[in-house]
Amino acid sequence: MPERFILSVEDLTVSFDGFKAVDHLSFYVEPNECRVIIGPNGAGKTTVLDLICGRTKATGGTVKFKGMNLLDMREDQIVHAGVGRKFQTPSVYEDLSVFENLELSYPKGHGVFGAIFFNQDQVVQDRIQEIAETIFLADQLDEKAAYLSHGQKQWLEIGMLLIQDPELLMLDEPVAGMSVAERKKTAELLNRIIQDRSVIVIEHDMGFVADIATRVTVLHRGEMLSEGSMDHVQNDPKVVEVYLGH
Amino acid sequence: MTLTNYMNRKELLGFLILAAVIFIVLPLALDTFRLNLFGKYLTYAFVAIGLALCWGAGGILSLGQGIFFGLGGYCMAMFLKLEASTPENTAIQSTPGIPDFMDWNQLTALPIWWQPFHSLAFTMLAVVMVPVVFAFIIGFAMFTRRVGGVYFAIITQAFAAILTILIIGQQGYTGGVNGITDLRTLLGWDIRTDEAKNILYFVNGALLFVVLLIAQFVRKSKLGRLLIAMRDQEDRVRFSGYNVANFKIFIFCLGAAFAGVGGAMFTLQVGFMSPTLVGIVPSIEMVIFCAVGGRLSILGAVYGALLVNLAKTTFSEGFPELWLLGLGGLFIAVVMAFPNGLAGLWSEKVEPLLNRLISKTQSAEAANPNKAPAE
Repeated sequence: MPERFILSVEDLTVSFDGFKAVDHLSFYVEPNECRVIIGPNGAGKTTVLDLICGRTKATGGTVKFKGMNLLDMREDQIVHAGVGRKFQTPSVYEDLSVFENLELSYPKGHGVFGAIFFNQDQVVQDRIQEIAETIFLADQLDEKAAYLSHGQKQWLEIGMLLIQDPELLMLDEPVAGMSVAERKKTAELLNRIIQDRSVIVIEHDMGFVADIATRVTVLHRGEMLSEGSMDHVQNDPKVVEVYLGH
Repeated sequence: MTLTNYMNRKELLGFLILAAVIFIVLPLALDTFRLNLFGKYLTYAFVAIGLALCWGAGGILSLGQGIFFGLGGYCMAMFLKLEASTPENTAIQSTPGIPDFMDWNQLTALPIWWQPFHSLAFTMLAVVMVPVVFAFIIGFAMFTRRVGGVYFAIITQAFAAILTILIIGQQGYTGGVNGITDLRTLLGWDIRTDEAKNILYFVNGALLFVVLLIAQFVRKSKLGRLLIAMRDQEDRVRFSGYNVANFKIFIFCLGAAFAGVGGAMFTLQVGFMSPTLVGIVPSIEMVIFCAVGGRLSILGAVYGALLVNLAKTTFSEGFPELWLLGLGGLFIAVVMAFPNGLAGLWSEKVEPLLNRLISKTQSAEAANPNKAPAE
């Protein structure tokens, strides 16, 4: 029954000079599920996302996405397979305008010659306009990304993912460092865009987690500590011990 | 891509001014000897334009562009040398009909890889393709392994050194340290006359504009914006779904093709090719041309090549020992004081001033509408 899961992570291990940042981790994500990964600092949350999207090479285990083995693929191939990733610190192209940032993320013309002869037709422009409105940046399309506020950069990066239209969306602390107002707007935005796709989110804001999570995975020292609904996880004595015990 | 996307009015004006300088001002102001000298300077502009794309836009600093300039130049020199080495011209050699330096090195037959250079069509293809293939091999080996930044710069420099040593060492096949000299005719047309030098200057200028227009097209395409994105956030570009290595290889090869054409035009206008134009020092000089002109601007690169070379000729006539120090000082001054070079100086200082002047005269005209002639 491999069809049940869109993403199967099995026995995933990575060690940096003997230090096991992720240790025999297994978890499964269903289609349209929103999985939240929580855990104390250094638990290996970001590393798990790095492994799935090919940024870090695994030492062992398998990551299967729609039957494809992601560990054998290059970053750009993983993107084309349908996995999108948002980084913890906003990473947008600062020297380019908001429009150009979105244009580069549009899923066409990704080969060398495709890029040279890429035609910015009406379909592309309409799509960029549509995304810009979704991420509250329709008035800033010609602005250089460097001049955006921290929150706006986060939105832009979310927009760059949206325009890719990935089947699996991975978000690393999407509301970190935002003002209260921005945070509320972002939660609204995320609630809208996580429909109709599978999502993995790393987040510390428990209110936000309870709001969006289908299931929660708790990591501790690279291993799975607990998994289940938010209620289940919050009442798990092992989780309470890790978060409050020391 | 629509025409206005390709070139806005300001850029068009820049192109027209440069065209006027190259095709009208310089030929009218200079005698054949000086014009030929400027033609030589402009061959370096081909390299500088390629660097503006690779380094300025894409952040790939190559300290080995002399390799590609040299390969293009040697391809052209081989053709011209074969044409100059007719059996009649070389009757006094022990093996007539082969280039003189081969004869001096006890070679008795033309090496097989020299044979195709009897054909001008093959030579013209080789002028572009030999540098491109070489660049592809270096680029493929480095970029797919994600070697970049300073490491890439050092490796290209090593390649420049290796190629120089190879050329000097294989005297019988390459003419050694003297290079390939005594070039005379191109398909029977004597390239040493004043008339030929004038014509070659214009051919060179026309080719330079072809290269400039290609560079402008690339810069304005999505690939141009991708290069800028790669320069700042290479990792992020991968997660936008691009295979970064392919783009780097492409732009490096394009720069090599430009440099090869420049090298071939150098050979035609100057009349020889030698390893001193291939090695580390000329390669670094080429980076300086680009930096002085402004590494973000392809037109700036042309002015940089012209001005630095003009300074080089002027100063090294007077103070030959001091020139290299002067060049080094110039480079440091540019990097410290105006990192975007002459082009940056223009767009940051001169242009705002001009805009202020223009808007002042316009508002003055608007204030006195009676002064404007009725239409």
